[in-house]
Amino acid sequence: MTTVFGVPIQALFSQLLVGLINGSFYALLSLGLAIIFGLLNVINFCHGALYMLGALVAFLMLEHLGIGYWPALIISPVVVGLLGMAIERTMLKRLQGLDPLYGLLLTFGLALVIQGVALNFFGVSGEPYDIPAQLTGGKNLGFMFLPNYRAWVVLASVLLCALTWFVTERTRLGSYLRAATENPVLVQAFGINVPRLITITYGLGVALAAFAGVMAAPIYRVSPLMGADLIIVVFAVVVIGGMGSILGSIVTGFGLGVIEGLTKVFYPEASNTVVFVIMALVLLAKPAGLFGRTA
Amino acid sequence: MTAPGVQAEPRGEVRAPPTAREQARSLRIPFAILLVVALVAPFFIYPVFLMKILCFALFACAFNLLIGYVGLLSFGHALFFGGAAYLAAHAAKVWGLPFELAVLTGTATGALLGLVVGWLAIRRQGIYFAMITLALAQMFFFFCLRAPFTGGEDGIQGVPRGKLLGVLSLDSNLTMYFVVLAIFLLGFLFIFRVVHSPFGQVLKAVRENEPRAVSLGYKSDHYKLIAFVLSATLSGLAGGTKAIVFQLASLTDVNWPISGEVILMVLLGGLGTMFGPIVGAVVIVLVESYLAQLGGWVSVVQGALFVVCVLAFRRGIIGELSRALRRPL
Repeated sequence: MTTVFGVPIQALFSQLLVGLINGSFYALLSLGLAIIFGLLNVINFCHGALYMLGALVAFLMLEHLGIGYWPALIISPVVVGLLGMAIERTMLKRLQGLDPLYGLLLTFGLALVIQGVALNFFGVSGEPYDIPAQLTGGKNLGFMFLPNYRAWVVLASVLLCALTWFVTERTRLGSYLRAATENPVLVQAFGINVPRLITITYGLGVALAAFAGVMAAPIYRVSPLMGADLIIVVFAVVVIGGMGSILGSIVTGFGLGVIEGLTKVFYPEASNTVVFVIMALVLLAKPAGLFGRTA
Repeated sequence: MTAPGVQAEPRGEVRAPPTAREQARSLRIPFAILLVVALVAPFFIYPVFLMKILCFALFACAFNLLIGYVGLLSFGHALFFGGAAYLAAHAAKVWGLPFELAVLTGTATGALLGLVVGWLAIRRQGIYFAMITLALAQMFFFFCLRAPFTGGEDGIQGVPRGKLLGVLSLDSNLTMYFVVLAIFLLGFLFIFRVVHSPFGQVLKAVRENEPRAVSLGYKSDHYKLIAFVLSATLSGLAGGTKAIVFQLASLTDVNWPISGEVILMVLLGGLGTMFGPIVGAVVIVLVESYLAQLGGWVSVVQGALFVVCVLAFRRGIIGELSRALRRPL
């Protein structure tokens, strides 16, 4: 068997794949956080809970309505996105002009509520969610076995990240969005409905999280706690990358997922903490973050 | 974060702002009430329950020193509370140190961890500061999960309470209560002194307008770090005491829900008020024990309290009271 640094090459590549998958979720979540932060100046603590809710909605639709994976991939983000818009309209909107820390506290409270309600109905252990029939099985690439579903998750995430980048950088909506991030008052003076733009942005940001949640459902179990630990890692990812750039969030997300996967191969004890260690190192060397513009 | 509680003065009214000394004086009566209640309470209420309140009240006061007076929101204070709990429990059980030294070990742990985390975290501000402290605390949680001396999922159980100064046995809950009360009052008066000192005035200046404080020649990072270490040290004192009193240090103490809980206590009681954190701790501990039979709904209630406090009740209980009475509390 071929080995790299004393590690079987199969193990290395399969952990790399796991890293890429985790990286996909980090990228999708930190992307949403960055977009929301840019416009609302709020760090959305309930992002992890909404990611979980995305998976949960998909599971409930399959269980009770017989709606499968592919429709769920669209419906669940829409449902969660609408819920997000309602949250923005009824609550976050009232915090405009206040210290951004209040937004953090409010969304933390919402995360506790969403997660707590889910826990009471579903318990800690979680439920399995089957891989859609079209994506079962896998390919033997010679050096490793590549499950189709995992390949799809990485591919879909990359495409979605690219689409988000395209929307924000190359379309009219994106240009409004970037302009409103820079100077909302001026943009409003040009006749653009900034409050509506904010609501839409928040909805899109959390829809990304829900989409990640649906994709995660067949890989991990659908569990009320699936978002809680993830969001803390994603916060570290955001600190490392800085929230100034869309591309930065994507690169940092995937990069850290891969580093975490590699750590699992070479030094498993540190795999849970490696992202946090990197965060500490980045803070020492470049406090504004790798892609951050201002401190 | 500015503390809405302290800005009680209505606009347009011409009155010299009270000096730190005057403010301190106006706190005498509420402090006397607190003292009387604390001295009488153990004869009516189960002392172990009261000790839980005191430990969390001290923890909340320590946390308030940071958020209420410097405006720094730490989302990782469980690190200092739980880290100190582990070390104090380890010191008492494995090293066989007496009560005072075990609690001191915990306090020193809090100080040391505070120095490291603070040194890293004050490089960023606002929400980044919150995210960094949360991430570092999570890192420490994983460390505690794996480290052999913490006992993993079991925690450190059966920690001996020992004897105070080698003579007074602490096995009686009532004796233990008065010792914990003394520790709490020590911590509370220390915070009181810090807040009403010239150093405390600089902290408030940094909170209100950091660039201006810097332009006046104050090294704001310096002040922030000292305040952070003080807050972590006192959180360590609370955590260490808690571990000895309940004879247990566990993963719950270092996990993020505890960090959230202490924020809620301070927010509910009133940011930047002297007595708010105590009231907040009382309410939250009461809510938890009454809702304990509801199991998982406790976190839903806590989350809802967060939402209500942030949306409609930003001054907190004592902050509103202080506004109604027109005096700092």
